[in-house]
Amino acid sequence: MDVVYFAWVRERIGLPREQVETSAATVADLVVELSAREERYAAAFADLSALRVALDQELSDFDAALEGVREVAFFPPMTGG
Amino acid sequence: MQVRVQEEGFDLGAESDGFAAGVSGAGAIVTFTGVVRDADGGGLEAMEIEHYPAMTQTALEAIATEAKTRWELADALVIHRYGRLLPGERIMMVATAARHRKHAFEAAEYLMDYLKSRAPFWKKEILCDGQSDWVSAKADDEAALERW
Repeated sequence: MDVVYFAWVRERIGLPREQVETSAATVADLVVELSAREERYAAAFADLSALRVALDQELSDFDAALEGVREVAFFPPMTGG
Repeated sequence: MQVRVQEEGFDLGAESDGFAAGVSGAGAIVTFTGVVRDADGGGLEAMEIEHYPAMTQTALEAIATEAKTRWELADALVIHRYGRLLPGERIMMVATAARHRKHAFEAAEYLMDYLKSRAPFWKKEILCDGQSDWVSAKADDEAALERW
């Protein structure tokens, strides 16, 4: 699936988008997988309360299942307006 | 209902006139404009606004559609910019038209509250001294959603 990052999450991880091969069942499982990869991922995902997630461009949560999902986005709370 | 996400600036007068010309039967039109303000300590060089292109338009349309179901709106307009903006530049505007002003005002406030916390935009302040920092979401902004 595609994983995309925005704002400081993108900066901390160092890339805007990547393809990830995963069998993670939920968003939280995916976060654990990514965090185990490298320190920059662990740093970005250190505090999940500071992060939001969208699945296929819809706001979701960390307990959500990933089955059938094509794009996961991680970003900080939004600051529009 | 019109939702536009764009990098270029917009003419507030022309947008307001165009919006007003397109509605009939409305006795009240409310417009709100968001402007890049200086950093808290001063010295803002620019504001960079990042967004999630695949999601932004849909998210804004969902917010505007919800406003139309909650209030009797003749029409609604949302314009939101992204990219590098200078202090004093307009970031975004909303306009609402209704038969009576209460609906137009409330719907405009609702749109603003949701645009702040539920539309996928992120602001970064670039200071003249070379420092930069992402603008943090405020607890007040999240709390503002609860009143709706």
